[in-house]
Amino acid sequence: MTKFEYAPAPESRAIVDIKSSYGLFVNGEFVEPTDGSMFKSVNPATEEVLAEIASAGAEDVDKAVQAARRAYERTWSKLSGRDRGKYLFRIARIIQERARELAVLESIDNGKPIRESRDVDIPLVAAHFFYYAGWADKLGYAGAGPDPKPYGVAAQVIPWNFPLLMLSWKIAPALAAGNTVVLKPAETTPLTALLFAEICQQAGLPPGVVNIVTGAGDTGRALVEHPGVDKVAFTGSTEVGKQIARSVAGTAKKATLELGGKAANIVFDDAPIDQAVEGIVNGIFFNQGHVCCAGSRLLVQESVYDDVLARLKRRLGTLRVGDPLDKNTDIGAINSAEQLTRIRELSEVGEAEGAERWSPECELPERGFWFPPTVFTGVSQAHRIAREEIFGPVLSVLTFRTPAEAVEKANNTPFGLSAGVWTDKGSRILWMAQQLRAGVVWANTFNRFDPTSPFGGYKESGYGREGGRHGLLAYLKGEH
Amino acid sequence: MAERLAVKKTYKLYVGGKFPRSESGRSYEVTDAKGTFLANAAWASRKDARDAVVAARKAVGGWSGATAYNRGQVLYRVAEVMEGRHSQFVDEVAAGEGLSRPKATAAVDEAIDRWVWYAGWSDKIAQVVGSSNPVAGPYFDFSVPEPTGVVAVLAPQQSSLLGLVSVLAPAIVGGNTVVLTASAERPLPAITLSEVLATSDVPGGVVNILTGPLGDTAPILAAHMDVNAVDLAGAAGDAEQARSLELAAADNLKRVVRAPEAEPDWIAEPGLDRIAAYLETKTVWHPVGI
Repeated sequence: MTKFEYAPAPESRAIVDIKSSYGLFVNGEFVEPTDGSMFKSVNPATEEVLAEIASAGAEDVDKAVQAARRAYERTWSKLSGRDRGKYLFRIARIIQERARELAVLESIDNGKPIRESRDVDIPLVAAHFFYYAGWADKLGYAGAGPDPKPYGVAAQVIPWNFPLLMLSWKIAPALAAGNTVVLKPAETTPLTALLFAEICQQAGLPPGVVNIVTGAGDTGRALVEHPGVDKVAFTGSTEVGKQIARSVAGTAKKATLELGGKAANIVFDDAPIDQAVEGIVNGIFFNQGHVCCAGSRLLVQESVYDDVLARLKRRLGTLRVGDPLDKNTDIGAINSAEQLTRIRELSEVGEAEGAERWSPECELPERGFWFPPTVFTGVSQAHRIAREEIFGPVLSVLTFRTPAEAVEKANNTPFGLSAGVWTDKGSRILWMAQQLRAGVVWANTFNRFDPTSPFGGYKESGYGREGGRHGLLAYLKGEH
Repeated sequence: MAERLAVKKTYKLYVGGKFPRSESGRSYEVTDAKGTFLANAAWASRKDARDAVVAARKAVGGWSGATAYNRGQVLYRVAEVMEGRHSQFVDEVAAGEGLSRPKATAAVDEAIDRWVWYAGWSDKIAQVVGSSNPVAGPYFDFSVPEPTGVVAVLAPQQSSLLGLVSVLAPAIVGGNTVVLTASAERPLPAITLSEVLATSDVPGGVVNILTGPLGDTAPILAAHMDVNAVDLAGAAGDAEQARSLELAAADNLKRVVRAPEAEPDWIAEPGLDRIAAYLETKTVWHPVGI
């Protein structure tokens, strides 16, 4: 079959204005960091420096927490739920208005394809603000008693894989419930959070209700450990999640943690195979595999293994890796040099431990951070690539014979974030969904998100849920 | 006529539906509030705590797989058997807590009624905390609560029956199994409750009760990698101990119900906090189409 070639279709980056340097967003204004220290955010597709970003030290974090406290006590907690909701609706509308600008900036800073930032990330960001806006004046119906209370100041630390979407998951429910926030975006992807700060100004949000401090791990630690913080919300690695659980031990701080995963995507012999192949691709190659709930362990029933693998490999041959701003691109850049190193290392371990590595032929750009879609076959449960989160476009394939064996293998991990089940049989789907120890189970689909749908993990994938009424409860005190 | 010579009681642990001695062979004297000897209780060792976790893990599948209707009936049966031991519970609560008979009676009445209250939640909790989610797309998307697994419960030190029931029942009603460390100084109501559980319909291993000093078993349970959640009620008022137990619990990201600053008045209606603390929310997406 001849391959259908596409002409390049790059999205214009003229729509977004990237400043040469950014301060911290504290009390409604951009301010310089106290000690003046800065770091660079680069475009992972080109390694071009995009902007200088302020690195917040302990003193800056303290100022931000104090601003959030003042705003909580003086304005936000005095505002009616109706007015809080109206601010959130305003923000949602502005996000929709500026969607293209946000999508382009997200792709430039993160490396994800514009197709995904435009069609998935930004629409979901607006949807989260819309959804939680409507909760602000209905808190008594959330199931936390008739008059639930916010915690106060929420410290929120988010990862680099979905920079603006994770911001919306954190900020929208927190503000709807009446908390004020200090948010730290990831050091490699701060730009859309800083644009969001401008959106807060544009929406006329009272100063101090949202504060954004940029920086790396030390900034995050200073924020989480700040004694003036009442609630901690973190999305990121299980390792850091455990550190946070330790740091809040013995304090009055409430924590919710959304951590790593090693999801099983389980394909039975009666599954619609072409749809399942699309689901496998979406499960692990969406967002370069930088997804905590990615379907990184493919479990295929033995009787269809050859067929599934053949069709999967053929499909992977059609994936286009390259310029994130090209609308034809399926797989963009790996977010950072550091992450690329980790993916390479774990892939080499996979080979060293005896798994067979395969990638489709694909030309990678010379500059930037790139990794081809990669499939490992002959993987056993003991292999590190089947146990550790790789957080990249790397799929491990295992097989099973019976549903019970599929359950056994799927649950054989300390994680429990998500799972996928592909079968034509409804009763089997529901049985599998019951058996799987995972917070989200996708049946005949994968990597779906919605603001109304609770998301979060079992076991070492963390505690608490985001999205839906459950996600709101994470920001409310009161009887359930 | 000479006064009858009382039978001095020596109790054992309750693990896996059986009453084993402590592996260590140790026991300790339990006295009433005035210091008069009441009984010998088993002094659980760290090994006993680990054995209890194994028994609790084994029981998870059966108990969490039972229908909610069945679990509710089993819990109600426990209340029925408790009622039959009413006066024994009153004696033990009065002696251990140093309460007058009317006050001890009130506490026992409330404890049994609370057990009945929780029994009724088994088949309602999913409707109250679950949901179907109106996602923007052709999917049926629903969220259901599921038990988290094995829960370690440090029972309150002061309230030996009402407090005990208030922390035990919410953990098991949702389908979890429990390893419970009883009040160290006032263990008799917990021991009697284990006799109630053994003679009602609660499957062996669903509730396992350890007696002895909290400091011996609590750190093992809080750090145990096969325990999914821990209730620190028994560490109330000891901030340092509570903190170290929370630190140990972080190693496998256990769900933690924190120790209060002081033991609360257990009379107040508890709400759903404790039931919900041991439930995970599972969300299932299913396409809709023809």
